[in-house]
Amino acid sequence: MTVDQTAPAAPQASRSDVPVLEARDISKYFGRVIALKGVSLSVKAGEVNCLLGDNGAGKSTLIKILSGVHRPDEGELLMDGNLVTLSSPREAQSRGIATVFQDLAVLPLMSISRNFFLGNEPTKGVGPAKRFDMGYADRISREHMHEIGIDVRDTAQLVGTLSGGERQTLAIARAEYFGARVLILDEPTSALGVKQAAIVLRHIVKARARGLAVIFITHNVQHALPVGDKFTILSHGRSEGVFKRGEVSLDQLLGLMGGGAELSDLSRELEQLQDEAVRAHAAEPGAGAPPAG
Amino acid sequence: MTTVEGTPSEATRMRRASPVRQLLTRPEFGSIVGAILIFFVFWALTGFTVGSGFMSWRGFAAYIQVAAQIGILGATVALLMIAGEFDLSIGSMVGAAGLILGLSITQYGLPLWLGLIITFAFALAIGALNGYIVVRTGLPSFIVTLGSLYMLRGAGLALTRLVSNGQTIVSGVGTAAADDPLSNLFNAVLFTIGGADFKVELLWWIAVVAVSTWVLLRTRFGNWIFAVGGSKEASRNIGVPVNRVKILLFMATAASAALYACIQVLSVGNADVLRGTGKEFEAIITAVIGGTLLTGGYGSALGSAFGAFILGVTQLGIFFVPGFNSDWYAFVLGALLLIAAMVNNWILRRASGARS
Repeated sequence: MTVDQTAPAAPQASRSDVPVLEARDISKYFGRVIALKGVSLSVKAGEVNCLLGDNGAGKSTLIKILSGVHRPDEGELLMDGNLVTLSSPREAQSRGIATVFQDLAVLPLMSISRNFFLGNEPTKGVGPAKRFDMGYADRISREHMHEIGIDVRDTAQLVGTLSGGERQTLAIARAEYFGARVLILDEPTSALGVKQAAIVLRHIVKARARGLAVIFITHNVQHALPVGDKFTILSHGRSEGVFKRGEVSLDQLLGLMGGGAELSDLSRELEQLQDEAVRAHAAEPGAGAPPAG
Repeated sequence: MTTVEGTPSEATRMRRASPVRQLLTRPEFGSIVGAILIFFVFWALTGFTVGSGFMSWRGFAAYIQVAAQIGILGATVALLMIAGEFDLSIGSMVGAAGLILGLSITQYGLPLWLGLIITFAFALAIGALNGYIVVRTGLPSFIVTLGSLYMLRGAGLALTRLVSNGQTIVSGVGTAAADDPLSNLFNAVLFTIGGADFKVELLWWIAVVAVSTWVLLRTRFGNWIFAVGGSKEASRNIGVPVNRVKILLFMATAASAALYACIQVLSVGNADVLRGTGKEFEAIITAVIGGTLLTGGYGSALGSAFGAFILGVTQLGIFFVPGFNSDWYAFVLGALLLIAAMVNNWILRRASGARS
C-alpha cells in the first residue's frame, strides 16, 4: 500500500488534515418522506468514523449516497477537498470508495479466488485465447487470505465454507487490494456472534493502521466504541452530532441514538408489569390473570 | 503483518481437501456416476447381450444422436440456469427457426447461406428480446419465456399456414438444399462403424459443450455467470454488468435452439412448427442432471453433456427392454430429474461444508 502510515492511536498525526471523503449538508427525499436532512460526515486517512443510528435513522440512505447508488437532493460530496459527483457505484469505486454491504459482500457458492477477483478478473492471452488467469488469482488470493489471518490451503474451496466473520474480512481485504482509500462497511458485525465480530473488528483496526479511511456503520455501540475515532450519530434522518473518542460513554451514545429515552421508558414499563404480575400472584395464587388496562 | 499467534483461530481448523473429495464436490460428479449407472442398468435389463439391440454400434449411434441434439440445448441452458434464469421459449424456437429456414429456401428460393443467416439472426433477436424484457421488468424469466413459448408457437402456426397454403409442415427442404455443400455442416455422416452412421451433430455437441465449459470456467464472463446467478445485488455492487450477462445468455440459448432446428430440418428434409415441443423441459432436465442448481449460482456445462447422454440412453434403451415401450420414457425422465435434484442438493451441501 502506498498510503502513508499513520499511527493508529493518533489520527491527527496525518500530514494532511483534509478529509479523504466528506459529505456536507446532505438531504435526500423519497417523495414526501425526508430520508436525510442536512447531514454531514467526514473521514480522514487513518481514521475510523462510526456511523451510529437506530433502524430507519437514515444510515442506509447515507451510505448509498456515499457509494454512488443514490444522488443527494441537496448538499455536496468532496474528496480530498474537491467537489465530486458520484453518478454510479462504478464511479465511486474507481475513485477509491469501496463499500462492503452486509450479507451481500461475497458469493457463497463461488470459490475464494473467484470471489476475490470478481469484477476484476486478471486475464492472460489475446483474442479468443484470452482467459481468466486462475493461477495468478489463486496465488494472490491465497497470499491475501494469509495476510488477514485466514489460512487457506485450497482457494478452490467455496466461500460458503468460511465463517461469517471471515467472509466479511475477505470482502474488506479484496476492497483494499483493489486500491480502496475509503472503506464503507455496512453493518459488518451485526449478524455475527462475539468471536466472529472480533475477527472483523480486528481487521478494521488493521486497515486503519495502514492508512485507510473507514466509515463503520453499525447500531451496536459496543462494537463501535473500541474501534471508533469519531462517532457520527443519526436519528430520524438528522445528525445528532459528531463526537470524538473519549468524549462520550456508551450510555450517552445510546441516548443520542434515540434509543436512550425509549429504553428508559421501556425499563420503567417492564418494572410496572413485573409489579402487577407479582401483585396478581399474591392476590390469587391459583390462576393469576393480570387485570386488563 | 500481525497474525494472531497462540489463539486457536477457527481459520486454521481447515483440512486439506483430498483429490477424491475434490472430485466428489464437483457439480458434475453425480451425472458421471449416473451416466455409467444408467448405461449398465439398461444393458442388464436387455440381458447383457452384445452385438445387437442396446449394446451394438447401431444402438450406440442412435442414443448418441438423441444425446447430441438435446445436449446442444442443454449446455447453453445450463449456463443460463447458472446465471439464475430459465428459457422455456427454446421449445417453440426450434419449431419457429426451422420454419424460417424451410420457408426461406423453399417458398422464397433463397440460397442456404442466406437462409441460415436469417434464421440465426431471428433467433438472436428473439433471445435478446427475452433477455431485455426479463432485465427491464424484473419479472421471473419463467413467466416471460413461457409467454414467448406460446407466442412463438402460435405465430409460427398462423404465419406458416398463411404463406404456405394452409400447411404447417414445409416439405421439400431436403431437395432444395441437396446440392448445397453447406448442408453438410448439419447433415453429413462423420464416420460409419459396424453399419451405424455417426452424424455431424456429434461434433456440434462436443463443440457447444467445449465452448460453454471454457467460457464458464476459464473466462471473466464465466465468473460473472456464476456471480449473477449467486446474487444479482452482490454482483451489481461489485461492478458486474448483470444485465449484459443475462441478455447474452438468452441469446445463446436461442441460438442453440436455432442450431438444433437447422440440424433437424436439414437431416429430416422438412420443417414442422410443432418440432421441438417439450424440448425446453428436456433441456432443463439435462442441465439439472448435469449438476446445475435450479436456483442458480452453481452448476456445470460439462455435466449437461452427461445429462444428455443419460437422456439418450434412457429414451432408446427403453425400446430395447422387453415388455416396455417409449410410453415409460416420460416416467423415467421425471424420476431421474427428482433423483438428480436430490443428489445435487447433497453434493452442494458437501461442497459448501454445511454440517447438517
